[in-house]
Amino acid sequence: MALDMRLPTVRKTVSVSTSVFDRKDMVVPGDIITSDTGFMRGHGTYVDEEMLTASVAGEVQRVDKLICVRPLKTRFNGEVGDVVVGRITEVNWTLSCCSHQISLTRRRSAEDELTMREYLQEGDLISAEVQSVFSDGALSLHTRSLKYGKLGQGVLVQISPSLIKRQKSHFHNLPCGASIILGNNGFVWLYPTMGQQEEEAGGFYTSLEPVSLSDREVISRLRNCLLALAAHKVLLYDTSVLYCYESSLQHQVKDILKPEVMEEIVMLTQQKLLEQEG
Amino acid sequence: MARVKVSEAEKVYILHGIRDDLRVDGRSCEDYRHMEVETDVVSNTDGSARVSLGHTAVLVGIKAEIGKPRPLVPDEGYLEFFVDCSANATPEFEGRGGEELGIELSNTLYRVFNNRSSVDLKSLCISAGEHCWVLYVDVLLLQCDGNLYDAISVAIKAALFNTKIPRVHMSSDEEGGKEVELSDDPFDCVRLNVESVPCIVTLCKVGHRHVVDATLQEKACSVASLIIAVTHRGTVTCAKKMGGGSLDPESIFEMTEVRQTTRNDLGFLCVYDVSLVQAGKRVGKALHAPLMKLLQQEESLGKKRQKVGFLG
Repeated sequence: MALDMRLPTVRKTVSVSTSVFDRKDMVVPGDIITSDTGFMRGHGTYVDEEMLTASVAGEVQRVDKLICVRPLKTRFNGEVGDVVVGRITEVNWTLSCCSHQISLTRRRSAEDELTMREYLQEGDLISAEVQSVFSDGALSLHTRSLKYGKLGQGVLVQISPSLIKRQKSHFHNLPCGASIILGNNGFVWLYPTMGQQEEEAGGFYTSLEPVSLSDREVISRLRNCLLALAAHKVLLYDTSVLYCYESSLQHQVKDILKPEVMEEIVMLTQQKLLEQEG
Repeated sequence: MARVKVSEAEKVYILHGIRDDLRVDGRSCEDYRHMEVETDVVSNTDGSARVSLGHTAVLVGIKAEIGKPRPLVPDEGYLEFFVDCSANATPEFEGRGGEELGIELSNTLYRVFNNRSSVDLKSLCISAGEHCWVLYVDVLLLQCDGNLYDAISVAIKAALFNTKIPRVHMSSDEEGGKEVELSDDPFDCVRLNVESVPCIVTLCKVGHRHVVDATLQEKACSVASLIIAVTHRGTVTCAKKMGGGSLDPESIFEMTEVRQTTRNDLGFLCVYDVSLVQAGKRVGKALHAPLMKLLQQEESLGKKRQKVGFLG
């Protein structure tokens, strides 16, 4: 029986290089971006006495004559082509997924509507792709590929959507022995890599066979690494997750969530990422 | 309690993991999450403590007031509990959503702590039948991620350790009436003896194994749980079963040996719950020593201690 009880300490933010932050143009609400009236104002800005001012805290982006501010932390705003992982909250003739703003339509035939409840129930997890965005912000999802669909055994980790890096593919089979789906909405799904079969994470058959202990350990370690990276606001993508996994191998899985171990692992990961870039 | 939805496949994964003693976050079945304890966080109370256990955070404040003792026990003071489930913890607690849980928690805490074997109630008496100290214990749930009872009991023990009750003495005025006088020195106070204050251990039955310090996902996979209050000597002072499921008789390990010794102090409890109780006793007993050591270490730091509070 392990018990880790201690007095609290002020958390230190781990940042390997501060120069990276000086290069970016960061603003807070109320900061004046420019007084030149020739620019068009985009999202996150407003005009106050002929001066373009920021209305959110974030990074200034300039595309020709358009200036907008991209906020650092915001609710998930889906774009077409985003991969999302969601939990079914309601099965009706359409499905509501994870929050009120998303609905999934799966109506190929009349039978589909009636038998949808056999495939998917309330509480099930699915992966899907954003098909279109309505004007009020609601999303329409589709699972029109075998790689999407109902998710089987695995672990769900919920983190802030702004920490997920936009990449070409969000499905990765990590070399350490597990697979990961980095949903753009902040829901990350970890699952054991399927065997030799072509079966992907989706489909409607879920295997309820016990997962082996070694796979389980890999998944638990990855889960703790994800939480450690998220706690220190590191951008998540397959490379950063993998580096974090490698840096954590010297510690026991359950120790990764201790504050000092988290700091050490994240610092090593950030160093490795910088080396790879530069 | 706040509920999370878990899919059938996730439940199977969690169940098999617990069966193999490797939980989702890498802990074994009897491991606790990272715990932080800090006392003296609320300045206008007589004693306070903040405990965070994983993502569960509770705040306890104790205020001591002079009141009239209960008629049946005129030489003892008493404790009053109030648990407030803040809407910050989970949206379910918005408005009156957290009231039911709050009442259930208060009643259980009352049973566990407000008796003379847990707290020395006689020391709270000022003058028999007329004046006594009443300790109003307010518990605030700040964040809810499973295992509320354990976190609350550790916080209450820490807050009771931190409580400073002003020293009073009785004096008689000119007409012969009695008056209670508080000492002028604000640092002249009495501390409580918290040696025998119990700690609560919650054991959730998942499949055929039990887990200590269950997260909300693990709780969603369990059908029944047992709450045990254990003192530093390993004595079980109170036990309560929660949940609709039955406690499985086939998961017992040392059933025959322990039946004799434990039947005496368990009384009403069914003998099938015995192995769970044994585990709970073991875990509960092991909580006290590190906690007391931590509290004494914090006390010895005195003014040099860096106060972290809520923004750390």
